[in-house]
Parts: sequence; structure tokens; C-alpha cells
Amino acid sequence: MNQPMKFGILINEGPFTHQASDSALRFAEAAIAKGHKIARVFFYNDGVNNANKLSEPQSDDRDLVSLWSELGKEHDIDLVVCIAAALRRGIKDEVLKDGFRISGLGQLVEAGIENDRLVVFGD
Amino acid sequence: MEPWEEDGPEVVKRFMYVNRKAPYGTIYALECLEVVLITAAFDQDTSVVFVDDGVYQLKKNQQTEGIGMKNFSNTYRALDDYDVEKIYVEQASLDARGLTADDLIIPVEVVTTENLREIMAQQDVVISS
Amino acid sequence: MSTMLHLINRSPFDAPALESCLRLAQAGSSVLLIEDGVYAALGKAAHAAAIGERMDDLKFYVLGPDVAARGLEDKPLIDGISVIDYGGFVDLVVEHEVTQSWM
Repeated sequence: MNQPMKFGILINEGPFTHQASDSALRFAEAAIAKGHKIARVFFYNDGVNNANKLSEPQSDDRDLVSLWSELGKEHDIDLVVCIAAALRRGIKDEVLKDGFRISGLGQLVEAGIENDRLVVFGD
Repeated sequence: MEPWEEDGPEVVKRFMYVNRKAPYGTIYALECLEVVLITAAFDQDTSVVFVDDGVYQLKKNQQTEGIGMKNFSNTYRALDDYDVEKIYVEQASLDARGLTADDLIIPVEVVTTENLREIMAQQDVVISS
Repeated sequence: MSTMLHLINRSPFDAPALESCLRLAQAGSSVLLIEDGVYAALGKAAHAAAIGERMDDLKFYVLGPDVAARGLEDKPLIDGISVIDYGGFVDLVVEHEVTQSWM
């Protein structure tokens, strides 16, 4: 097996229009299963919509907002929502799912600096 | 300490931003520019690349009054103030769109596809949007 | 020089991501087709020749779950493309120093 690494992930799309968030979630789960650490997921562009607790998918659909929240809590993943992108889209602390936090773009740069790999999911 | 906690924050990495999308039609160009300016403030070794439709971001003479959107093209001029000096545009992407370096709002280094291949292969972190 | 993994998630019929990646990927890199990018992996489709031209100096992979989701498991893929799962995707990211997404 490879040496454990720590990953940063950037998600640029919301939970429904594009597959990006689904792919990132599957990737994160697979990385964790292999003993790697997902240190931070940074949500940018429409990706900030992944943190909206008001999202209510139909009962037979996956609920990415909850899935990220649970994965984050279970594996101590820092789920960071970009403040500039979030404010534009009405994502504020009042609608933030637990496990997510709102912070600046510097957290994305830091994720690139401090992790072994940064993987971008978008469209 | 966990094995992944060895690196300190003092590391300087080579960051490359790859812009492949045109402005206004989608928000990606604007939000990518915002990240580039932040990265520069972190004193990283920052390169910005414009290929494919990304070269349209730098077209001078953008006038957005008629579409009601903010003209952010002047912000590219701020890259120089932030000491972001490695700005590359692929010649083939310009050629395909009937543009030349004279059409661009800032001075850039126009590079061949072969040059750009080498530049892209020398990075630590590649962010595209 | 960093070893690179190129991620392609757009259909080659919709976006020039694959075409640009094939133009700009350094020899020795790997290319992983995911999401709608998997349509480029079909053996009888229009982009097989372009991928074939770089089969000698790039390695090509396709994400199996995305192939299956799109009903393509019964279609032949381009010879030389390896089908991997999400665990294989993680391994590729680990094995290459840099991952570049062509969105």
C-alpha cells in the first residue's frame, strides 16, 4: 500500500446541476478507506450550495449536503465554504449545515500549500 | 504527530492557475481571478495560464454596460501590483481565435504549445475553474 | 519535472478539454476520464484516433462506475485504456505528484 497522504479537495459545483460533488464524495470515501487523510474540502463557485441545510432532495435521492456533513464529522474533515462565493449566493451561517464553516479564499491556498495533493472537481 | 502533519506552513509551492473559460457567460473567470489575487498575497510562486477560451478573458476593450455586469477586465492589470509576473498565453489558442498579443489588456508571455507543456509540468498545485 | 495526472470530466463532443489535454500533456503523464469524460473512451467513437495517437507516451484510464452508469459496459473501449474504480482513482492521485483537472 502507498504511504498515507493528506489531501485537499476543491469543489466548484453545487450538489445537483453537476456530478462534481458526487465524484468528490466517492473519491474522499475511497481515499479514507485506503488510510489517507482528507484534511480539507473547500467549496467554491456554486460549490457553496453543498453547505445549504435548507436543501431538501426527494426521498429517493441522495442528500449530498448531509453526506458531506456526516463524512466531515466522522473523519474530522475541515469543510470550508468560501465567504465571497457564499454571500453572493445567499449562503450564510443561518443556513449552514453543521460541520461546515465559512471562511476566506486563503483557506483554499492554504489547502494547496499544506496538503500532499489538491484535487479539483468541477465542470 | 500523524504522518501527514509533517509539512509546515512556511513551504513555498509553485501554483498554476489554468483559465480555459470565457468571461461573462459563466462566473468561472471572475472567481478564478479572485483566487489568483489571494494566492499572490500568500507569497507563493504563482503562474497564470490562459488557454482555449480563457484567452478571451484578456481581450481589451470589454464594455459591459449593455449587459449590466461588472467589467472586471481591468482587474487583470492588478496582477502586476501583486507581483504576479508569470502570465502565459498559448499562441495556438490566440491563433485559433483570430487574436494576437496586441488584442490583450495586459502584457503577457505568449508561448508555444511545447513551451506551455514544459511550464505545466513544473508545478506543484494546479487549480482550474 | 512533476509527474502529472490529468482529469477529464467533459464529453469530448461538448468541450475541448480532452483535445487541449492531449495537446498539452507532457509525455509520461496519465489521463483519467471521469463523469461525461468517459464517452471519449469508446472504441468506435470519434475520439479513438486522437487518443490512439498518444497511447505510446501517455497512459489512459477510465472510471468504471461512470462507464457503467452511462450504460456503456456493453460497448468496447479503446484498446489500452485501463478501467479503474474510485480506489484506483485515489491510487493514481497518490502516484502522480500533481493532478490537473481540465474542466
